[in-house]
Parts: sequence; C-alpha cells; structure tokens
Amino acid sequence: MKKTKSNVALNEIQNIGNDVYTRIKKKRAPELKMPLRALSNVKYDPKDGFFELLGKMKERTLTAATIKTFAQTLRMMAHAKSVIQNDDITTKREMYYISKNWAEAAFKEQPESDTVMEDVEAMMMVNREQMGFIPEEKGGEVAGKLIVVDKDPDTGKEIKIDCTKFGSGAYSIPTSVEHLKFDTNAKFILAIETAGMFQRLVKHNYWKKSNCILISMGGVPTRALRRFIRRLSDTKKLPVYVFVDGDPYGIGSIYRTLKVGSGNAAHINEYFCVPKAKFLGITPQDIVDYKLPSHPLKDVDLKKIKDLLKNDPFILHHKEWQKALKQLQSMKVRAEQQALAKWGLNYVIEKYLPQKIKHPEKFLP
Amino acid sequence: MEKNKDLKDNELNVPIAIELAKKQQEISVASFFEKNRHLLGFDNPRKSLLTTIKEAVDNSLDACEEGNVLPEINVEVIDMQNNRFRVIVEDNGPGIVKKQIPNIFAKLLYGSKFFKLSQSRGQQGIGISASVLYAQLTTGNPARITSKIGKKHDAHYYELHIDTHKNKPDIIKDETKTWNKDHGTRIELDLEGSYQKGDQSIDQYLKQTAIVNPHVTIIYTNPKAEPIIFPRASDKMPKKPIEIKPHPYGVELGVLMSMLKLTETRTLQSFLTNEFSRVGSGTAKQICENAALLTNTKPRNITREMTEKLIEGIKKTKIISPPVDCISPIGEELLEKGLKKEIDAEFYCATKRPPSVYRGNPFIIEAGIAYGGKQNSEESMKLFRYANRVPLQYQQGACAITRSVINTAWRNYGLSQSRGALPIGPITLALHIASVWVPFTSESKEAIAHYPEIIKEIKLALQEVGRKLASYVGKKRRVQFESKKRDYIQMFIPHVGEALKDLVNFNDSEEKKVEKLLAEILEKKRGKLEQVEAKNLEYDEEFANIGKEEKEDDQEEKNESKEK
Repeated sequence: MKKTKSNVALNEIQNIGNDVYTRIKKKRAPELKMPLRALSNVKYDPKDGFFELLGKMKERTLTAATIKTFAQTLRMMAHAKSVIQNDDITTKREMYYISKNWAEAAFKEQPESDTVMEDVEAMMMVNREQMGFIPEEKGGEVAGKLIVVDKDPDTGKEIKIDCTKFGSGAYSIPTSVEHLKFDTNAKFILAIETAGMFQRLVKHNYWKKSNCILISMGGVPTRALRRFIRRLSDTKKLPVYVFVDGDPYGIGSIYRTLKVGSGNAAHINEYFCVPKAKFLGITPQDIVDYKLPSHPLKDVDLKKIKDLLKNDPFILHHKEWQKALKQLQSMKVRAEQQALAKWGLNYVIEKYLPQKIKHPEKFLP
Repeated sequence: MEKNKDLKDNELNVPIAIELAKKQQEISVASFFEKNRHLLGFDNPRKSLLTTIKEAVDNSLDACEEGNVLPEINVEVIDMQNNRFRVIVEDNGPGIVKKQIPNIFAKLLYGSKFFKLSQSRGQQGIGISASVLYAQLTTGNPARITSKIGKKHDAHYYELHIDTHKNKPDIIKDETKTWNKDHGTRIELDLEGSYQKGDQSIDQYLKQTAIVNPHVTIIYTNPKAEPIIFPRASDKMPKKPIEIKPHPYGVELGVLMSMLKLTETRTLQSFLTNEFSRVGSGTAKQICENAALLTNTKPRNITREMTEKLIEGIKKTKIISPPVDCISPIGEELLEKGLKKEIDAEFYCATKRPPSVYRGNPFIIEAGIAYGGKQNSEESMKLFRYANRVPLQYQQGACAITRSVINTAWRNYGLSQSRGALPIGPITLALHIASVWVPFTSESKEAIAHYPEIIKEIKLALQEVGRKLASYVGKKRRVQFESKKRDYIQMFIPHVGEALKDLVNFNDSEEKKVEKLLAEILEKKRGKLEQVEAKNLEYDEEFANIGKEEKEDDQEEKNESKEK
C-alpha cells in the first residue's frame, strides 16, 4: 500500500522534472505551476464540507522574484526522489538543514522550507508523507472507549491498543495514521483544545460516564490528528463534538481548521478535516448563560473577528457563526474553557457537559 | 589742532579752496587705469600675464573673423627671468592701416567695437592698450607692433609708449619692414608676470578657446619652450555676426538722451526709425502717441522729462523682438564635440536656447554637459563659462552663470546639492552666452552681470540639459537594476541544472548544456542588455592634460619654497 502510493509520488516527481527539462530543450522558459494556497483561493460548499481550491495558480520561473524558489522547489523534489527510492524519511527540520548544502539556494529559516514543501504537495496533489517528509509535531492524545489496531514496526504483527488502559496518561496519535484500524462502541468523540481540560476529564473518567472518546488537540490540530479523527469518525460513524475556548482563536483557527481545513493547506483539506464536527462550546452565549469570568478582547482578537467576518468562506456561509462572532465582538470579552472552574472544579463534568450534550441540536455548525 | 592753526594762518591770506584748486585737474583715462589696473584684470602678476595674452588673442580672432580669414594664431611666452616675460602674439588677420596702429595699441578707449552692436570678443577698446600700459609700467619697455595689410603693401613696425597724462600714443620708433607674410599683425610686449599651470592658466585659456573656436589654429610656445599646437577642427568659419542697431526695449534714460543729442535726424519720428531696429513708421507713430509727444519734435529739443515720457511710450508699445540672425552661437554639436575632446565622460549632451533679449540686446544661451566617466563624483560641478566664444576664467562666484547654476535644482536631475552651492557630482558644464553686447560686471570681462532675463534663459538651458541628464541617469539606473536582476537569476541556474540532473538522470555534460540553454532563454526572454554608457572616441588624453597642473612641478615648487 505504502509502496504504491510512494510510486505515485515518485512518478509525479519524475514527470514534472521531465516537463521542465523538455521545455528547456525547446528553448522555452521552464515553469512550475502550483495552486495558490490561501483563503482567497478556496470556496466552502457545505455539501462537500471542506475548503476546496479554486483555480488560482502561482507560477515559478526565470524571474528575479521566483527563480530562487523555482530552484529550491526542484532541488527539494530531487531530494524527495532519492528519499523515496531509498525508502527513507526526512523530517521537516532535516529538510531545512539539508538545504544548507545548496549555497545561495539554501533556506534562511525553516518556514521557507516548509512553504516550499507544501507547494510541492499542492503542485503534485500528494501528501508530504508520500514523499517521505515527516512533521516534527505530535498528533495529539486519546483516552477513552477506543481500541486502536496498529502494526509492530519490526514484525508487522497487529497490536491492539486499548485507550481505556492508560490510567492517568493517554495514547499518543502517530504522525502517520493511514494504516490504523479502530474498534469502539463509544457514542461520540469529544475533541478538546487544552491539555488541562483533557487532564481533568481523564482524571475523573468522564469517558466512562458518558461513553465517549476524549482527544486532546493542544492548539490548532495537526494534520495527523485531523486525519485520525476523520478516519475514526467516518469508519465508526461517530459524531464529533468540539470543546474549545470561547475566543476568536478557538473558533476561527482551531475549530474551523478541524472542521473544514485551512487556506494554507487547501490542497489536502479533502482528507485532512472533519466536516461532521460540531461546536459544543464555549459559545459566546455560554459566557452570558454561565456567567463565566472573562478577559477583555485584545486588538489582535478584534482584528481576527473582523477578518473572519470579512474573508472566511466558512463563516460567511453560516449566519449562526456570524451572529456568534458579532456577539463576541459587541461583548468585547473572551472566556477560557477552564473558567467553568469558577462554579467548582467538577462543574464542567457534572453540569456543563451533560447539559450541553443533552441538546446537540443547539451546537453551532 | 595743527590743522586749525593752519586754517587760522591762511584765513588772512587766501581762501583754502583756491589752494586746493591747484591740485584739482582732469584725470586722463590712462592715469586712472594706471592706478586702478585691477579693474582691467591686472591685479596680480599671474593674472596680468594671462590678461595680456587674452586681450591680444581676442583681438586677433576678432580681426581674422571680420576679415573673413581662417585664424591662425601664434602665441609665444618667453621667460626672461626675474619675473619678466615677453609675450608675442601674431595673427594672419587683415592687418591694420598704418595711421591707426598707434591709436589702437596706445590709446585707451579707442576702438571699432564700442559703438556698434555686433557679436565680438572685444567691446570697449580698452583691453590691448591696457596691456601695453601695464607692460610699460612694469618694465618700461615699449610695445612693438608689426602689421601688414596685403601682399603689395609694406609691413609697418612701431615701437609705442602711452602718454598717460594725455592718453595719447607716444611713438618711439616708426619704420617700414619686410615681412614674409601676406597680411597680419604681431604684437610683442615685455611685462612682469608669473607663469603657472593649472586652472586659470594661459594653457587652460588657450585650450578652452580652441574648444569653442574649432575654426582656429593656435600654435603656442609656453615659457618652458614647449610647443603646443591646437589644430583647427573645422574649416568652416562661424556665421559672420551682423551689426544691428539697438532695440528700443531696454534702452536707458541716459543712453537715450545722448542718442537724441548726437543724432543727425531731424524729427522724433525719423530718429526712432533710423536709430533703432524693428521700428517702422507705424511703430514710431505708436510710440510717439503712447508718449504723448509729437512725431515732428526736434530730437535736440527733447528735454529730460520728455525723454522719460518717451521711455514710457516705448514700454507701452508692442515692438517685435530684435533680429537674432546677428548672433553666431557655437552650436550644440560643436559644444558637445569640444566637451568630448576635453573630458572622458560617459554621457554628453548640449542644448541651444532660442534667442532672447535683455535691455534690447539679443542674446543666445547654449549649455553642454559631460557626465560620469572618470570624473570625481565627490567634487563640485566643474564649470566652463564662455562669453562670445571667450573662456571666462576668473570671478566665477560673481558671475550670473554661476548664480543660475546654483539656483537650479540639480537634485531633480540626480545630483546632490546643498543650499547656495554648486551641485556635487561627476559633471562638467559648459555654458556660452553669445550677444551683440555681453554685459560684464567690470572692464576685465570676467563675470556676466545679473540681468534677470539672462539668468532666466541660463536656467532654462540648464533645465533642458538637466532633464536629458536625469533621463540618462534614470536609464542607467534601470539598466544597472536589470543587470543586477539578471546576475541574481543567473546565480540560480546551476541549481536548476543540478536538480534536473538528479530528477531526469543525465550526465554532467548534459547538465552544462542545460545551464547554457537556460542562460540563452534568459537572454531571449529579457532582451539584450542595453549599453547606456557611450564610448567616447573623441577624447584626447594628451589634449585634456594641457594646462593641468603637473605633480612634479608642484613638488619642485614646494621644494623651492622650502629652500627659501
């Protein structure tokens, strides 16, 4: 399975190399065209449920503005080719260091290298793991009613990992999740923004009480985490509820990216998002209803709200979200998940979550 | 106290005024200039030597051009030790008739050019006789003049002094000579002076003269007995200037009064039509009407008040501009050519303004610049000033040309400039004013007077060359930018080649081929890189070095002064 996928990437790399070469032979300026990865180049269709690329392309060729990235893109592809052929991997950070051999074509900072990597993905419409590029970041943690079926890296034998048996710890999602299988009888998945809230729910066995799977996202969900929840929820037909801070970042970055993907990764959104996710809280209305202690919104928060209302195709599609964000905007405050502790440490387990989960129809889309 | 006592003593005898009156007498022009020789450009030994040569050469060139002869001027400066020099200037001009020789050379304010309005180098008839006077004052030796007016005529030789009291020639020797020359004039003067190369030197003056007078050959022997020849670059005589009458606009009260007094015409109407250019009977009537004067008033009977009215009348009347064909400019092409010969730059341009008028005198401004190349970009602009084809070397600061240069906003044209200063940059400017009457600030003819009309025209000329300069500088910058971009792109071509080598699997020679092809594609895509810096094939280094200070000389001089 992995081999054939890599071969797809390998073939694509060679095809692009040959195209460039042929153009040069014909004395025509070589060029690389790739989709523009930005919010301005995506549309949101609720039927498909994720941000899809529009037709805008960017082009790299023999111009002063693009020649450097043109050369870097080709060099990175050449590197990917040898990595695939040797069945090896390169972490994103390693890729950045490898470029230090390229003299003037070296990347100055890792973000430059990451950007080119994502461009290569977008150009070939493959996912970086298929080219042997591995991210550094962790995928997230899982606890609750779930058995993950993985393989032993040495023997290839199946390993069953029971996520109820980590005690006060949790199962760590690997960077590549495509080969995993699942076994569960849980009712829903609860994706949580902060590790602190996750810890509280694990500590008091919330998953047992409500028969669910708890997943800690730790900020904006990684690709692996998005893919994990997607595969789990699709194969086991589980609803996904998202529990984040009641602020523009929790709504506009964490929840939105989990549900429909991002502009920057628009080329892979189709597989790396969870369209069925629903927003449990903290909603702006929760701040009022639960009289939560709040913090004033900073300028960056207000700017983020404005930006979401103006440019985000997902928000623009959902009136409820516009209303909620406008409410936040007029209240000029935000509230964290853990603000519920004001009413007692286990208020969230005893009152808040049960009240919420009783009425999933009231969740924000 | 003592004075009071004197007064008392004298009281009884004669009024002091009578005593004083004994000392009050007419001062001749010659005596006046004897005391005020700096007014004529004889302030110090170095300048005096230059002024003498300049006056003699100017006269020779004027004479040749009037006689329609291609000038060939021989200049010789002989070091006679003890700061004395012998100056010999000889031309192939039409010569001077015997009777006039003493007056021309040994009487101040005697000449042919003062009363006519026509473009010429000399104007007042002071210069050469002042040189003669200066020579006489410093060495006591007479001026020695030889002149011949034609093949069949004898050459006349004079030795002359100036009688300073009477401003009259004092003939010391008068004889006939044979001279193996068809016609021409030669003057030989002994005077006190000092010779030094560098700016404001004789060498510089002669070179600059050659630059703006390409029809002239100058054979120059400097005090070190080194011959330097400036051969003529063109066999075409400049267009002969035409003599014109004054234009009514700008005529001043005093001048108008004396014109009215001297005229031979009988009515105001005929005075106006005969003594001025561009005044026909219709215009004359209009002037009289506007001045509320009768056309048949006798010029002699016109009073001061009436003259003032007349001037007002002239101002109110529309009169067409004076004829401008009387001026002979150098021309953009020759100005540029001259600059190319002298300065190794990368960009040259010149412009000629249409004729304009100040005080009723037509004039033309021409400007040329040489930019970049080996010129120092940290220094102020180098300025070459010319008036009627004569280089102006002194009093740059007092000159209207300098003022105009300073008042022009050179920053708009890519040079830096502080307030009230010449611009800084690798640039030389040559500016020429040609006029039937160039208004100098003094008799020594070193600086142009600040007439607003002249300053305005100079500024317009400067703006024209400035704009051309700015477009060149802009273009150069664009090309440099483009070339930088190309270099940048080129830097990454080997990376593309190396990546493709791995991607497509080819060998090193194919990689080189790909890199070559990419370079070709780049060239084709971006077009040929334009060559903006013009190669100057006319630059003549030997010529350019004439008159420049020699480093060795400086050393020697320093050593000498140390020894002293």
